[in-house]
Amino acid sequence: MAKYMRKLEQVSELEQMKQEFLEETASYNYTVIVCGGTGCISSHCGDVMTALKKQYITRGLREEVRIVESGCIGLCSLGPTVLVQPGNIFYVNMTPEKMIQVVDKHLVGGVVQTEYTYLDEETGEHVPCMDDIPFFKDQVKIALRNCGSIDYDSIEEYIAHDGYMGFVKATSELKREGVIAELKASGLRGRGGAGFPTGVKWESGYNQPGDQKYIVCNADEGDPGAYMDRSILEGDPHSIIEALMIGGYTIGANKGYVYVRAEYPIAVDRLQNAIEVARGFGLLGENILGTGFSFDLEIRIGAGAFVCGEETALLNSIEGKRGEPRQKPPFPFQSGLFGCPTIINNVETLANVPVIITKGAEWYAGYGVNKSKGTKVFALAGDIKYSGIIEIPMGMHMRDIVYTIGGGIKNNLAFKAVQSGGPSGGCLTKDHLDVSVDYESLAEIGAIMGSGGLIVMDENTCMVDTARYFMDFVQDESCGHCVPCRIGTKRMLELLQKIVSGHGEPIDLENMETLANTIKDTAMCGLGQTAPNPVLTTLKYFRDEYEAHVNEKKCPAHVCKDMLTYEINPEACRRCSLCARNCPVDAISGGKTESYHIDQDKCIRCGTCISHCKFSAIHIV
Amino acid sequence: MSGTTIVSSDDARIERVRTIIRNHKKKGDSLIQILHAVQNSYGYLPVEVQRIVSEETGESLSTVSGVVSFYSFFSTEPNGKHNIRICMGTACYVRGGVRLVDFLEDLLKCKAGHTTADGMFKFEIARCIGACSLAPAVSIDDKVYPNVNTEDLPGIIASYYDKEEEVEG
Repeated sequence: MAKYMRKLEQVSELEQMKQEFLEETASYNYTVIVCGGTGCISSHCGDVMTALKKQYITRGLREEVRIVESGCIGLCSLGPTVLVQPGNIFYVNMTPEKMIQVVDKHLVGGVVQTEYTYLDEETGEHVPCMDDIPFFKDQVKIALRNCGSIDYDSIEEYIAHDGYMGFVKATSELKREGVIAELKASGLRGRGGAGFPTGVKWESGYNQPGDQKYIVCNADEGDPGAYMDRSILEGDPHSIIEALMIGGYTIGANKGYVYVRAEYPIAVDRLQNAIEVARGFGLLGENILGTGFSFDLEIRIGAGAFVCGEETALLNSIEGKRGEPRQKPPFPFQSGLFGCPTIINNVETLANVPVIITKGAEWYAGYGVNKSKGTKVFALAGDIKYSGIIEIPMGMHMRDIVYTIGGGIKNNLAFKAVQSGGPSGGCLTKDHLDVSVDYESLAEIGAIMGSGGLIVMDENTCMVDTARYFMDFVQDESCGHCVPCRIGTKRMLELLQKIVSGHGEPIDLENMETLANTIKDTAMCGLGQTAPNPVLTTLKYFRDEYEAHVNEKKCPAHVCKDMLTYEINPEACRRCSLCARNCPVDAISGGKTESYHIDQDKCIRCGTCISHCKFSAIHIV
Repeated sequence: MSGTTIVSSDDARIERVRTIIRNHKKKGDSLIQILHAVQNSYGYLPVEVQRIVSEETGESLSTVSGVVSFYSFFSTEPNGKHNIRICMGTACYVRGGVRLVDFLEDLLKCKAGHTTADGMFKFEIARCIGACSLAPAVSIDDKVYPNVNTEDLPGIIASYYDKEEEVEG
């Protein structure tokens, strides 16, 4: 939190704050950044922070070391993580004990504690510097420029990194038309998934007549497996405030809303604090920095409905209504929130705006390929070694994301598929690993860029069951407004359930395809229109698996329980009783003289016995 | 949680609900924000409470009920003392979240989406709690348990009963 708040009246005071911060921090020998992203919080970074603070006081380091709690640094699977500067020394899997050692030996003694840094499994050597770690090396951080490197709670540090200078340049130099021209030239497109050019969207808001307009940030990140937007809100909330100020100024809105899903309480807290601090410094409110422009922001918290990520449903939800989508046209830029012209942008899109304004369109368009400029943030997760939040230049190949950044598949299993775009997206196979990750190339093969969830799946994943999982999700989240989505997704789910339970017939695959295409063509909103995508792409690329389920009544990945039988091989069994003792439903019986066997009626096929058997005597048939 | 809780009479709780609604209405808050605040105070949103929201806001009961039933955060059933959410986001699903649900349903003798008979736990399936790199994840109240497997669950559940005993002393 800011030490003292003062209302800034003019631009020169921003510059002054920047200088003061830089001078103040120049005297420190070290800066220790403890990752305070949700991943690291779950792996107890709080205890590491407490140990750090205690030990640094004990060692009398207050004048020499600056401690920062940052947003997500990115490598969540190795949390809690700690970054020490200078040198970008990256400590992973930290504990309070290790932290005390780092204080004593690194911060006091000047010796990097290499054994606590990242271990390269291939070479067997530790890699202390973050810039040399494969996970980070090829990333380009633009939207995440401050995320994990600054104190999310310090407006001073944000300003020291040229924060709020985008707003200054927009209002003093570019003016409204200039901002639109800059955004158009940058090639920035909507990062929520649709990829609509941001400059064109803002222009339509600018051109729309109306005394009252609104700008809205869509932070209803609902795709399962996606947490990019949350990381930005938690790690760099001021960038979103600044972007909304620039947007409000450009389209002529004096009021903005950030719609955050209720599942993200930490993001809400940090953003709320940032808004209050910005207001205290006069960066929100009347006549901001003497520009004559007035603007304020409010947070609206969702209540748990996936469909509210759809922009018109989101508007209904902000108004306090059921989050059902509205018929378009009129589009939100014509008649949006409370019937007024409204521009809605996604969090990641907005995070790019201030830095595009300060550094220029040409700089931004220098990254990326063809019609997909700049970078994209992904949440990389699933059966992958290194998971977390990454930002890559558009055009990087999927293979580099999975194998270089992600380090390949866990437990030395084979790669099977990567799912992008959540319930609206598709699954790609190993044949697609060399696809360039950009809007056009992904669309060409039936997948979508989506909002940024990337789930990697290994050979033990059943693609039919995965399709069923997504269909279960969308049919449950369907708002019920239009028939194709409400009834169509339910019928598709029933067909999939029939197939995974071993009752599928060949005609089901045909019917499912017809139904999928009908829903795609006739559903009212984006949720419904894209709902069949996971089924369609898996049918296209993994048809043999569907056929095995339907024709042979077999699940090749051994996932669909109704088609599995666990058996104990009496010859391999040493009668150690481990399986029987660990079986959660007491389905295994036997004894010293009698060989162990599984009661198939009791067995819930949980796999606990297999994981306990030391003699590989239990197998699935 | 503290050892003693003062249970106010229902009339006092209802009166508090009315005050909350009036205060939020004055601020110009939307129905969803009002319902969040009421649920925070009352614990859940049974139809009697929805009726009060309707009276105080001037919205019809069907409108209020329509919003309550639309959003998954609003509950018409009382919650347990602790709220277990098993994450069923894609990463957790792929990494074995279903096994946790099956196991817990058996362990707690309670189907997902309901409260245990002793009122100790409400056990739900979460869409995605965003701990994807720690999959499969389970959250109990505000605490997230990373990389959970079925063997961990009995211990985790028992720890809440142990704490309870300590409190009751």
